[in-house]
Amino acid sequence: MIQALWKFEFLQNAFLAGILIGIIAPLLGVFIVVRRQALIADALSHITLAGIAASLLLGKYFTFWQGINPVYMGMGFSAAGSLFIEQLRKVYKHFEELAIPITLSGGIGLGVVFLSLADGFNSDLFNYLFGSVIAISRSDLSAVAVITVIVVIVVTLLYKELFFLSFDEEQANVSGVRAKWIHFIFILLVAFVIAVSMQIVGVLLVSALMTLPVAASIRIARGFKQTIVYSIIFGEVAVLGGLILAYYLDIAPGGTIVLLSALILLVVLLFKRMKQWKS
Amino acid sequence: MSTPNNLIDLQNVSFHYGDGYVLEDISFSIPEGAFVGLVGPNGSGKSTLIKLIFGLLKPQKGNVQIFGKKINKFHDWSKIGYVSQKANSFNSGFPASVFEVVSMGLTSKLGLFKFMKAPHRKAVMDALQLVGMSDFSSSNIGELSGGQQQRVFIARALVSQPEVLILDEPTVGVDANSTSDFYELLGKLNKENGITLLLVTHDIGTITDKVTHVACLNKTLHFHGETNEFEQFNEREVSGFYGHHVHVLSHDHDHGGI
Ligand SMILES: Nc1ncnc2c1ncn2[C@@H]1O[C@H](COP(=O)(O)OP(=O)(O)OP(=O)(O)O)[C@@H](O)[C@H]1O
Ligand SMILES: [Mg+2]
Repeated sequence: MIQALWKFEFLQNAFLAGILIGIIAPLLGVFIVVRRQALIADALSHITLAGIAASLLLGKYFTFWQGINPVYMGMGFSAAGSLFIEQLRKVYKHFEELAIPITLSGGIGLGVVFLSLADGFNSDLFNYLFGSVIAISRSDLSAVAVITVIVVIVVTLLYKELFFLSFDEEQANVSGVRAKWIHFIFILLVAFVIAVSMQIVGVLLVSALMTLPVAASIRIARGFKQTIVYSIIFGEVAVLGGLILAYYLDIAPGGTIVLLSALILLVVLLFKRMKQWKS
Repeated sequence: MSTPNNLIDLQNVSFHYGDGYVLEDISFSIPEGAFVGLVGPNGSGKSTLIKLIFGLLKPQKGNVQIFGKKINKFHDWSKIGYVSQKANSFNSGFPASVFEVVSMGLTSKLGLFKFMKAPHRKAVMDALQLVGMSDFSSSNIGELSGGQQQRVFIARALVSQPEVLILDEPTVGVDANSTSDFYELLGKLNKENGITLLLVTHDIGTITDKVTHVACLNKTLHFHGETNEFEQFNEREVSGFYGHHVHVLSHDHDHGGI
């Protein structure tokens, strides 16, 4: 494995991207989970797929477009989708969760139409749905790196506001926290992270990487900072372990990463049970 | 008595959510150093009044002034602490330690892009000390009892060293013993720490020996004045206003001969 890593650039790309995604996906996931918005990641990932499909479609008609990484258009769609969700939540004030299925099914609908027009039902699509160890290019990797830097900086700078808003929105408002802006910035970050994570974990499974490590961490952590640290550790174990397994078994990494996350969750739950039993 | 310095001032305020006024022509002020008890039956508009003070709602008529400034010109929110009626209805699985919850109270004082430093951490511990919860600083908030959580939320409101503290029914779900401890704590904050207090409560009887002013609200303000005047505001009227019999004077202590 080490030798292969040394030899093949695509493997280096996949592992470096994986390490970064293992940080940012669970990091944002913590805030998403504690706000009970776990499904938002699902809605946004499907919108991202529509963006990628749209990019493939454009590439079919304009040759110059083929040189452009479809991830960028995926990000654009995801960002637009995130704003759309915020808007819907305002319209359906008392049924906020309605925004999720509306966006999710809209995303799939658009994606299927664009893909059909682009004759896109091929092995590339399989990579987008379930992730890939070999599909990460240098340009994909730099997109992940840029997004990671942005996410880490923004979350660090806005940490106390994000934390306060997640815990108690009304009280945060009373204390003068600019809730609207912070929500807006946060959901944009989520959209970007989903778009770049998708290539390794896949559209269908990216939300699992944002929520499963957090679900495990919440059971054993003391305090919010510790919850974040454990989530990132679990996320890293799942991504790196999942990539190694996927490489050796020659299968899509999305599946192995998510199964490993689920296994970690199971172990944590059992561990917690045993501790309660003893005491 | 010289004219008191009013920290909070509502002038002829009326408010409705949709149909029909919930508050009508309210003129209400809180002088510096006062401990005001705000009472009224369910749905009488107490929480609404507080939301108007914080600018969470805007009155259709009238003015709200805070520290002598029009509310839209007032920005120094760290001067006013708030413990909401729903403070302990948070998701009890939320993974935040007591220390972290109290730190939230420093958010506006610190300002954007600033981080906690040693003096801020000390301020958090001091606030926990003040409410007698220092031993729990690293526990998760969801693991505490209702009364303990309430104390933590008070500490959060106190950590920015506000001049005014507003509490909306903070003793809901807290047992009688803890409740009376709690009122002791509020009395101490008012007398020793000089914090101006507005307390919304249904315990009209228990608080009359702690508060300096009483306000009775039911859409309009039925009474607003110093506690000793309130005792003359006869018991029958208060009972009628609450719709059942209430012991206003469940204590017997000296009111300085007035
Ligand atoms: N968000 C809202 N939308 C519409 N009406 C509301 C809203 N909040 C409160 N009301 C109405 O306004 C009135 C006053 O409510 P408020 O919450 O201020 O009462 P309260 O005195 O705090 O009652 P309680 O003792 O139960 O806390 C009630 O009739 C209530 O139905
Ligand atoms: Mg109320």
